[in-house]
Amino acid sequence: MTTVPRQPRLLHPAAWWGWATAVAVAASRTTNPLVLLLLVTATAFVVASRRPPSPWSRAYVVFLRVGLVAIAIRVVLFALLGTGGGTHVLVTLPSIALPGWMAGVRLGGPVSLDGVLAAGYDGMRLAVILLCVGAANTLTSPRRLLKSLPSAVQEAGVAVTVALSFAPQAVASVARLRGARRLRGRRDRGLRSLRGLAVPVLEGALERSVDLAAAMDARGFGRRAATSRHTRVVVALCVIGGATAVAASSYALVDTSAPAVLGVPLLGVGAMLVAVGLVAGARRGGRTRYRPDPWRWPEWLVVMSGLASVVVLAFGTPTQLFPSTSPPRLPAMPLPALLAVALAVLPAFVAPPLPAATGRRTSTASLRPDPAMATR
Amino acid sequence: MIRFDRVTLTYPDAPGPVLREVDLTIAEGELCLVVGRTGSGKSTLLRCINGLVPHFTGGTLSGRVIVDGRDTREHRPRDLADVVGFVGQEPLAGFVTDTVEDELAYGMESLGVAPPTMRRRVEEALDLLGLSDVRDRPLLSLSAGQQQRVAIGSVLTSSPRVLVLDEPTSALDPGAAEDVLAALTRLVHDLGVTVVLAEHRLERVVQYADRVVHVPAPGAEVVSGAPADVLQTTPVAPPVVELGRLAGWSPLPLSVRDARRAASPLRERLAPLRPAATRASGGSEVVRLRNVSASYDGVPALRRIDLSIARGEVVAVMGRNGAGKSTLLGVLSGLRPTESGTVDVAGDVTHGRPPRDVVRRVGLVPSEPVDVLWAQRVDAECRDADRDASAEPGTTRRLLDRLAPGVDDATHPRDLSEGQRLALALSVILASSPAVVALDEPTRGLDYPAKRELVDVLRELALKQHAVVLATHDVELAAELADRIVVLADGEVVADGPARDIAVSSPLFAPQVAKILAPQPWLTVRDVAAALAG
Repeated sequence: MTTVPRQPRLLHPAAWWGWATAVAVAASRTTNPLVLLLLVTATAFVVASRRPPSPWSRAYVVFLRVGLVAIAIRVVLFALLGTGGGTHVLVTLPSIALPGWMAGVRLGGPVSLDGVLAAGYDGMRLAVILLCVGAANTLTSPRRLLKSLPSAVQEAGVAVTVALSFAPQAVASVARLRGARRLRGRRDRGLRSLRGLAVPVLEGALERSVDLAAAMDARGFGRRAATSRHTRVVVALCVIGGATAVAASSYALVDTSAPAVLGVPLLGVGAMLVAVGLVAGARRGGRTRYRPDPWRWPEWLVVMSGLASVVVLAFGTPTQLFPSTSPPRLPAMPLPALLAVALAVLPAFVAPPLPAATGRRTSTASLRPDPAMATR
Repeated sequence: MIRFDRVTLTYPDAPGPVLREVDLTIAEGELCLVVGRTGSGKSTLLRCINGLVPHFTGGTLSGRVIVDGRDTREHRPRDLADVVGFVGQEPLAGFVTDTVEDELAYGMESLGVAPPTMRRRVEEALDLLGLSDVRDRPLLSLSAGQQQRVAIGSVLTSSPRVLVLDEPTSALDPGAAEDVLAALTRLVHDLGVTVVLAEHRLERVVQYADRVVHVPAPGAEVVSGAPADVLQTTPVAPPVVELGRLAGWSPLPLSVRDARRAASPLRERLAPLRPAATRASGGSEVVRLRNVSASYDGVPALRRIDLSIARGEVVAVMGRNGAGKSTLLGVLSGLRPTESGTVDVAGDVTHGRPPRDVVRRVGLVPSEPVDVLWAQRVDAECRDADRDASAEPGTTRRLLDRLAPGVDDATHPRDLSEGQRLALALSVILASSPAVVALDEPTRGLDYPAKRELVDVLRELALKQHAVVLATHDVELAAELADRIVVLADGEVVADGPARDIAVSSPLFAPQVAKILAPQPWLTVRDVAAALAG
């Protein structure tokens, strides 16, 4: 691929989320472990090459762990509670007889390879979807996403931003107050000391929120051009109704057994409603945005590569995406799926390079040597 | 620009009004300094200007406050946001976003300023306040002085015509405070902004003020006028004014420069006299640090420090924000581990020892005094502290009455004024009568009379053979109180010696009296008064 000289900058957060969501949808359409593993590699590669050194950039590893735990839980639960049957029995666990009213639930008994494979594949699918969320979190901080919310929901976004800062502040004040307990000659360990901390921590948090509310009020938060009650209600209905429709349709898109009308058509209607609401909301506006993240061709390419990957995977090879587990067979690697993975990895090349300036100290965490950054 | 018209304000459940019949006019382009004792109602007066009182805080306001033609009765704080910029006491508490640039832009986004204008104003504010090096740093990683400048910048970008600041320099070292004040005077001179600020450290600001408003006590008559007239009689006055009163200079000088010009007769009178010798402490060594290194959040904060402190000695630890002062106190009190070296406080190490044992050897008042206060009422707090310290009941309350008389038993500690809170925290720590008393930034929010009380209490402790260590930016306090000054820079001791030598020799750490009477070695008005009398 020829490299066009591009200005280093951070990609629009919505583009990363769009790409990650598309890859997650692609992953949800298959249980083929080869395809899933390749998709993981694709996201890992993109993350390694385009993540900014921010405190959030450790999210991917955390999500990787959560994913592995998800697979383990899925397999263990299956082994303990599975329905039995299957062609290749691996081990037979001691089974526990349950009372008659719990018929249909089995504890222990034979564990078959068929079942373990099916559970494992299913767990993998869930893990990959989680990893896609992790990748989006790593590539762009949630705060940046909130910042680029449309102006109609901007104030809700500010509220979420403020709420996001509560947890780290509470952690910091617990640490400070534990030190303060020592200063008064009390123990700083044990449950009793924790109970003593709760009230001061909450008091401190409450005080901070009141101070913050005063500061925000004094700086013009909530001030906007007068609008009629009527428009406000219509805007709210459009946004909420549309968002609900989008949520419902995404469920239908993931669940292959849902009626087709709930899928793409409902998604379209929901998106339209949200768009109408946001545009109407923006018109009453009164807010402006400082240095909004630009949306240029790399953003389009990143989102498109994600979408193309879904389309190729879903319509290219419908049969080989769900390899048979009963009887167990070696999964095949369909060619279109390879193409889909290649499309998913494109953002690693089409996204603009990271600006050097963000490599400046953002937190002590990022000061530690970071192998992924060092090898680039 | 700002007019108070017979303003009376009563908070709900308060016995009487905080402000009574206040008539006040502040003209456009003035720098107005609001002075008064802790808890006298200065903050309330300031918050009336942008309508936070009573819209946000509650309370009953009669009369009218008119700012740039807008009546605060009809305009909420958010409707005044384009006219009045308000910076509260705690810059961190008012931050909405998490990086410098976003914070500077936030107010303008709410007001709907056009993006090109926003961009220009952010760049201007970054330059005006000297923040361009840290423009994309997270706010939490900034020093206190930088945070204060961001807070000022964040309201400045909305280009308000009035700027209201509640104690903008109280948490800052002398250098950072000068930067902030220089920025403020530039706003007044170049942009014609009207600035109203409350400040306890008058020695830093009074020479810049065009008008002084004195709020003596809640409900008392508010006096407003030219600085030299109002400060003739106020109980809160900076050392330069006190020296002027002592020497009978008229007109009263407000700046060191004016005072120096008036001071030559006084210098002649003082020439044959010598300041009373500082008492030789001569106590046994109670603190010994050898080769101590420690870090703060992974950043080296102390580098191979050697320090020894004797019983009965008062040591001021000075240095700019982030020089390692707080870490040093943390190491002394056992809150922070050391990376190398040995710590010995009254016979043993402090880190990792049982707290009950440590508090008898060293007591630390943290820079956020409220951290050591947990009870819901002042009297309960005092009782708990007596019990924690196994002291005679009533000990803490007696200490408190000495430091801040008249604190109501039923008040919640968080509702006390900054100064009263510090007094309570100090009383709580002193209840266990530790061999070493350490204070982190004790004079934040304290007025001059309260500071004098603090000085007396700490002096008395030193006479009783306690060692006192204070980390402070307050050069006047160090001059008044310390036997010895230790200057830290970048985690190393760069100067350590008798207070008189260090304070006189360093332009940044010299108190006002030393600057006025240089080269004679006088540090405080008390010294001069004692020498003249005796």
